[in-house]
Order: sequence, then C-alpha cells, then structure tokens
Amino acid sequence: MGMNEAKLQEILDQYPAKVQKNRKKHIFIKRSDVESQQIEANTRTIPGIITNRGCAYAGCKGVVLGPIKDMVHIVHGPIGCGYYAWNTRRNKAKSDDPKQNFINYCISTDMQESDIVFGGEKKLAKVIDEVMEIFHPKAITLSATCPVGLIGDDMGAVAKAAEAKHGVQVLSFSCEGYKGVSQSAGHHIANNILMEKVIGTGDQEEAPAKFPINLLGEYNIGGDGWEVERILKEIGYHVVSVMTGDGSYEAIKNAHTAELNLVQCHRSINYIAEMLETKYGTPWLKVNFIGIQGTIESLRNMALYFDDKELTLKTEAVIASELARIEPIFDQYKKICEGKTAFCFVGGSRGHHFQNLFSELGIETLLAGYEFAHRDDYEGREVIPTIKTDADSKNIPHYTAEVDEKRFRLKVSPEKLEELKAKIPLGEYKGMRFDMKDGSIIVDDLNHFETEEFIKVLKPDIFTSGIKDKYVIQKMGINSKQLHSYDYSGPYAGFNGAVKFAEDISMGFASPTWNFITPPWKNQPLLEGTVTEEGVA
Amino acid sequence: MLDCTPKDITERKSGGIINPAKTCQPIGAMYAALGIHKCLPHSHGSQGCCSYHRMHLTRHFRDPVMASTSCFTEGSSVFGGGANLKASIQNVFHIYKPDVMAIHTTCLTETIGDDVSSIIKTAEVAEGKLVIHANTPSYVGSHITGFSNMTKAMVSYLAESTSPEKKEQANIIPGFVNPGDMREIKRLVESMGIEYIMFPDTSGVVDSPMTGEFEMYPEGGTTVEQLKDTGNSQITLALGRFASSDPADLLNKEYKVPVATLKTPIGIKATDALLMTLRNSFAREIPKELEIERGQLVDIMTDTHFHFHGKTVAIFGDPDIVTGLTEFVLSLGMVPLHVLTGTPGGSSNSAAGSFEDDINNMLKGAGIEANVKSAGDLFTLHQWIKNQPVDLLIGNTYGKYIARAEDVPFMRVGFPILDRSVHSYLPIVGYHGAMRLIEMISNALLDRADRDAKDEDFELVM
Repeated sequence: MGMNEAKLQEILDQYPAKVQKNRKKHIFIKRSDVESQQIEANTRTIPGIITNRGCAYAGCKGVVLGPIKDMVHIVHGPIGCGYYAWNTRRNKAKSDDPKQNFINYCISTDMQESDIVFGGEKKLAKVIDEVMEIFHPKAITLSATCPVGLIGDDMGAVAKAAEAKHGVQVLSFSCEGYKGVSQSAGHHIANNILMEKVIGTGDQEEAPAKFPINLLGEYNIGGDGWEVERILKEIGYHVVSVMTGDGSYEAIKNAHTAELNLVQCHRSINYIAEMLETKYGTPWLKVNFIGIQGTIESLRNMALYFDDKELTLKTEAVIASELARIEPIFDQYKKICEGKTAFCFVGGSRGHHFQNLFSELGIETLLAGYEFAHRDDYEGREVIPTIKTDADSKNIPHYTAEVDEKRFRLKVSPEKLEELKAKIPLGEYKGMRFDMKDGSIIVDDLNHFETEEFIKVLKPDIFTSGIKDKYVIQKMGINSKQLHSYDYSGPYAGFNGAVKFAEDISMGFASPTWNFITPPWKNQPLLEGTVTEEGVA
Repeated sequence: MLDCTPKDITERKSGGIINPAKTCQPIGAMYAALGIHKCLPHSHGSQGCCSYHRMHLTRHFRDPVMASTSCFTEGSSVFGGGANLKASIQNVFHIYKPDVMAIHTTCLTETIGDDVSSIIKTAEVAEGKLVIHANTPSYVGSHITGFSNMTKAMVSYLAESTSPEKKEQANIIPGFVNPGDMREIKRLVESMGIEYIMFPDTSGVVDSPMTGEFEMYPEGGTTVEQLKDTGNSQITLALGRFASSDPADLLNKEYKVPVATLKTPIGIKATDALLMTLRNSFAREIPKELEIERGQLVDIMTDTHFHFHGKTVAIFGDPDIVTGLTEFVLSLGMVPLHVLTGTPGGSSNSAAGSFEDDINNMLKGAGIEANVKSAGDLFTLHQWIKNQPVDLLIGNTYGKYIARAEDVPFMRVGFPILDRSVHSYLPIVGYHGAMRLIEMISNALLDRADRDAKDEDFELVM
C-alpha cells in the first residue's frame, strides 16, 4: 500500500475544479531523482475548506508574545480573542518573583458595540492605566484583533501616550486576524517589534558567563525549554534568553550579548535570528532538540562552533552519560513501536522535527506537512530569494535591522565561519523534504477532506496533529497524538523528552481500550445450534 | 498562583476585563448549529475564529467538532466578504455534503457590515440544500447570546405553521447545556408520554460513539422536518431564559406558539416546575417512575443535609446554569456568598428582570446577603473570595486557578470543562442530575474534610 501520482489524482478529482487546481500545488510525493520539487505554501486557504489554520493574532499574541511572563499582554478587541489565547497553549513559565508573573492572566478591552462605533482608543488607554495601577508591570504589549484595524483605532498612539504617562514600555502589535494567510503573519509582526524595540535595550555589554547563547523558537510547551536548558547548563552554556518559552522581558532586552543563536522553530523566529546576525554579528545555528540523535547532533554542532576543548569534552561526557541512562528505557518502547507508520502534520517546524523521534522508534513517516509554513520550510532556505511576494505578504510590515555600530562584533572570523558552514547548519535550514524518504507525501495546509482520504489509502498506525483532528482520527480507530499540546504531557524535547514521547506513543499503541471497539455481538449470530422439540441443543 | 491579584478591591471603570467569565457569540452559535442534524456550522470571518471555537468545543466535549470558515484576508475585509462566502457555500456542499449550512458572523464581518442574508439569496445553493444564518457580533453579549441567536435563526429560517390547529406537542429549547442534559430532559418528557421537538439537540452529535468509523454527520441533531414543525406545536418550553427565550418568543410572535420560560431544570424546584408545566399544558399525570425518582432525591437531600447545610459557596458561569445552581444550593441549605456571571444580565427593574434581580430575589427569600454580579470577571470573583472566603467554589474549569490560590474545594460544572472528562455525558438536570450534583458537592466537601482531619479525627463513617 503506497501513494502514487494516480492515487493522488483520484483524491484530488473529488474536488471542484478550482479547488483541485489550487490544492494540487500544495501536495507532492517526494522524489530524490529530481533536484527540486516546488510546493505552494503560505498562500490563502480556499474559503469553505475545513483547515487547521488560525490567524495572525494567534501567531503574534498566542505564540510569540504570550509566553513572555513578566509583561502584561492586553488584547484589544471583543472578548473571544483574549479568552481563547488564555492558558490554552501550555507555554509553561515560572518566576522567582510571582508578583511579576502574569502567565495565568487574560486582559481584554472587551470591546462593545459603542467602542466599534465610536472607537476604542479611550477604553484601551483606561485599561492600560488600570493594569499599571493593579499589576505594576515592567512592560505591556497591546495586540490588535480584527475590528481594531477596521475601525481605525490608532493603537500606536495610545501606546506612545501610555509610555509617556507611565514610564514603561508599551508595545503595540497590529496583528489583526485577517492579516496574512495564517498564524505565520503574526509571528513576523511579533518578531519585527521585539527586534526593533526590545532586543538590545538592555544595558549589558557582555554576557556574565562563558558560552552565552539565545534559544530562539522554543516555547516551552510541556516544559521542552526547561529540558533543553537543563542539558545546555550541564555542559556549561549560559542561556541569555529564551524566545519566548518561559521568556522574560528583562532577559530578551539583553539578547544581544549572546555569542550564538540557536533556532529551534525556524518558521516562527527565523526573522529575529537573521536580524540578530545583521545587527550584532551573531550567527544562528539551526538546532533540533527533538529526538535523541537530533539533540546529540545539535550539541556537537554547538561545540564545533565554540571550538573549546573543555566544552567539547563536556559535551561528549554529557551525551555519553545521558545515553547510558535513557537508551535502555527507550529501547523497551521501541519494541512496541517498531514497524509502525505515521502521519506527522503540525504547525511549523514540529512537522519536520518529530519525524526524527518517529524514526528512532522505528516508525516510518508516510505523510508530513505544516499548517502555516513557507516554501523554505519544505524546500530549504535556498529557495527564499525565489519566493514571490504576494498581496497577502505585502501587508505585513517589513522591518530591516541595521548594523549596531557600537555593539556589532564578528563572533568568529569570516574564514572560520565559512569553514564552519561546510560542517554545521549555520544560517542554514534544508527543510522537511530533504529528510523525507522517496514516496512519502508532503502536504501543505492539510485539510479535513484530505486527512480522511489519505488515511483511507495509507492507513497509518498513528496520526500526529492538533486537537481539531484528534478525535476525528480516533473515531477511525487510529492512534492519535496532539503535537501542539502534547496531549497535556511532555516534555518531548531533549533526552528526557525522547523517553517521555516514546512512553506516551507506546501507551497509545498498547492501550487495551482499542480492543473494545467492536461489540461481541457483532461477530456472533444470535442463535447458534439447533432448536429441537426438547429445547435448545 | 494568581499572585498578582491583590486583596484590596479598587473600582475598575474602564470596562476592560481581567480573566473573563464569558466568551464571544460565535462559539455559542457554532455549538447550537451542531444541534441540527447533518448541519455544518460555518464561521464567516477570519480563520482564527473558527479554529479557536472548534478547539474549545473539542476540548470540552472530546469529540470531533466540524466547521468551516470564510478564510478572510485583508482584501476581503476591504472589499467585503461576499465572494468568500459564496465560494464557501459552493465548496462546502460539494466537498462536505451537509444538508444544512449554518452561517454565523464574527466581529470582523459585522464591523464591515457584510449583508449575509443578501449574499445567501444570491448564492448558488444546490436543490434540497439549506443555508441559514445568524448575526453574532462578538462585541455584543456573550457565547450564550450567540447560542440564542443561532437557535432563533432556526426558527426564522425554517419554522412554519401548516395549519391553524396546533399539534399536541411541545417545543423544548434546552439552552446551552451538555448533550447529557439534553438526553435527560428528553427522557423526562418521554416518560410523561408527551410528543416533543427538542432544538437544538446536540446529543448524538458531540457525544457520538466509538465505532471505528468517523461520521462527519453523526445520527443526532434536530432534523429540518422537525424544525419546520416547531410552528405547529402547542407550546414552547424555553429552558433558561438567556439562551432560550428569544427563539421561543419569535415562535410565539410568528406562529402564535405560547411560551413558558422556565429555569434550566437544575435542582428539585426547577425540575418540579418543568414537570408541572408539562402536566398542566398536556393534562398528563406525572408517572410513578418520576415520582419515585423525586422521592429518592428528597431522601438523599434529607439523609445527607448535614454534609452541606450552612456551608458557604461561590458560584460562577453562564447565567441560566448559575441561576439553577443557586436555587438548588439554597434548597440544600447552603449559603451562596458570591454569585457571578460574565454574560451581561439584562437591566435591573426592566419588565424581563435581570440576572442580578433573579439571584437577589432568591437570596432575599433565604435571608442571605451576597455579592451578585452580571457582566463580571473572575478577577472580581477572586477578590471577593479573598475578602470573604467560602467552603466551596462551583464553576467551569477556569475556576481551578482561584481554587488553588485560595485553597478552596472546587466543583466543576458548566462550560467549558477542559481538564476532566465524562461531564458532558452525565446530566446535571432533572432529579437524577440533582442527585449527581449532591454527590459532587459532598465529595468535594468531604474529601477536603478527610484531607484536613487529624488522625484522631479521621472517620470511617461520615
């Protein structure tokens, strides 16, 4: 059982003609005998299609800003947007100063009809005043929802006036839900302003410890960031800031002091990574702390970059001791998982990263895709110059960082950098396609119809996706695992995370509950034997 | 936990909200639309709205929640959503094949003023297929308003009166309750031997069985035929006035179907009222089995009254549910000190009365003075509890943060419950639902008593 062009066409043929023409460009079957395979991505979802995608607000406030724990995040809009992005994403945070940890708070201007008619600026200003009075935060973010841009509220002006009045930074994010084509627009909007207004505003010139790094695109879902930090600290790295899981405004201000930026989720944060290099001369390294081998490789690449004997030795020592500890446990789970097949459809980079873990467990990924990625996430960064800007991407403000004359410093010599680039993915991401097997399917913005159809043909043993798909898949009797929220488990990153993932996935396969789907009476005729004059024989 | 919430209450005049006790209209409309058989709800707005509503409903019910979206971009926001909606209608019927598509609007499409009914009229809709819509601006009311508006749309689009003679049947609008509650209400009406149409009816839709097959449109839901027939019924029982009166009033206005607006039948008094209304409207005696159930409930209430009598309680959630719960805890001899809903509660002293009036009248009858608020938020509730602690907090999952911060026993009731399962299958309405509530209250209070007891005070029998 496999997928081929003819079977794919059969599925697409069920669509109306226009939809078919569109969707065909978002799907391909991997072939390594051709140099490139182009996919259409980061373009509009067709109206009426049951998509998994969300909006720019979700990407900006929900993903990037929300996890920053010591800022108060005010949502300017009707209540729903603030409500749904409140404690729903599992970006864990802890603080030494609980009175400055706002992670469990939801603050909304709760716009009413009169605000829509007469404007909501005054109300927003009053909410900021109240927030200052009650919470005394060091900084505030304002996130716009759909009506804000439509009625022309000038959030920027409100923010400026509030900064003057209260003496704290008030950042305004025009992340109205209709901007762009998915959450991705919101990531970009958030990246721009964090770069323009927060990063580099700290007064530290140098990091207080050796081997300082930033961990970018790690949102600490289920504690992933904490597991990665545990390993990095054990080796001897100094984590300057994490963007943005368990993130702190104070730390992000000093992100310019890092010597290397690690990029975990390429999609949501590559803008900041690029701009940090332009502005401060700090290279970024694509890492992947999902999977044992991914973690090891990432750690070794970091050691190569810093090129310090002691650090390299410690890296190997930590890897060896972690492996000795986890491998026997991991291998037990592998026995349960070996030979199974998976679909792996997640939002941004996880659609790629988790294929590592599947592979280590002996599970083959038959189909993978992203909800809101761009072509480079599929095909590699080399295609970026060829990506055409369309009307939907043009309306996202473009921010270009400039060299910070005072703080720009090459972290490694240009010669060394070139030498390193030949060995490790510095400023490089090869995309999902590169790692996938021939014959596997890559789908952008997978929708409900295709989900059902692909399952019918390929019958995977496990489907990893989000909450909206989860129970659809389970109703079909197929193991389903949320990789946005990890089904409320985790961490799944790093060494401990690999074991936790293996345990959870195995539990999904081994659960006795699947055995009860068919009731006993379905396979047994009502009457067995014969009825004679004396009774039932 | 919630360490930034001060005990001192300062008046907040901005109209902003800290930690909401409500959400926006469209999710209520989406939930109501799921209660129509073979219906696909459609969100006319940005993708994010649809995604958030599906996410939240799915997490509450742990069952598939299917809905489509108009996928707005900046262009459609500027030029209007007509083209997107027409494309949606075509694609939805071609690809997902529902019988009915139920469109609700969002703050985006309301702000730009899309005229949805005109768009529908000029859209190509296949023969035998239906498109209905409700205006659900997120900046008015709450999710309960949205539920009411979509239920009203079922009446305005589909109800008809085919003869001047009314049929001997009741319309029952259950309100924003779980499928388990809808089943229980249906069981009560059936055991009275009365014909009825329940709408919307999400039982069999969001509590569908595991069969190894995914059904896009499970067996449940009110059929279009039934919805049409609502104009012929002899009475409409609107259970919970915030979620159910408007559609019932519309049926009365359009088709002269009289309305009985009752409380959501939570607890003994509200269940008695439901049965008495049915008995009097249809001249049917209450069957023995229901009388026995009621007797069992009273038996339990009396047997265990010392577990809960005099205990103080804070209740928050949706107005119809909170009203029913407040009435029931009063029947148990408990003392509600804080009662709050996030939904705007109607104006005080108006003909219809308000949420605050309703609750205050009940409390007055019991000689209790309490904090009562509609259009409130959980920040306020938390501050009330800090100033006047309670023995028990009752509300949806969001209450767990306050319960932890203040170390109060917590009982999950209402929407949404995101951190426990099974709740949507089992009723809180009717006499059986009341028994279940007593069990939940007793367990919460007695587990706490057991936890806190010294060894020498730890008891086998309680």
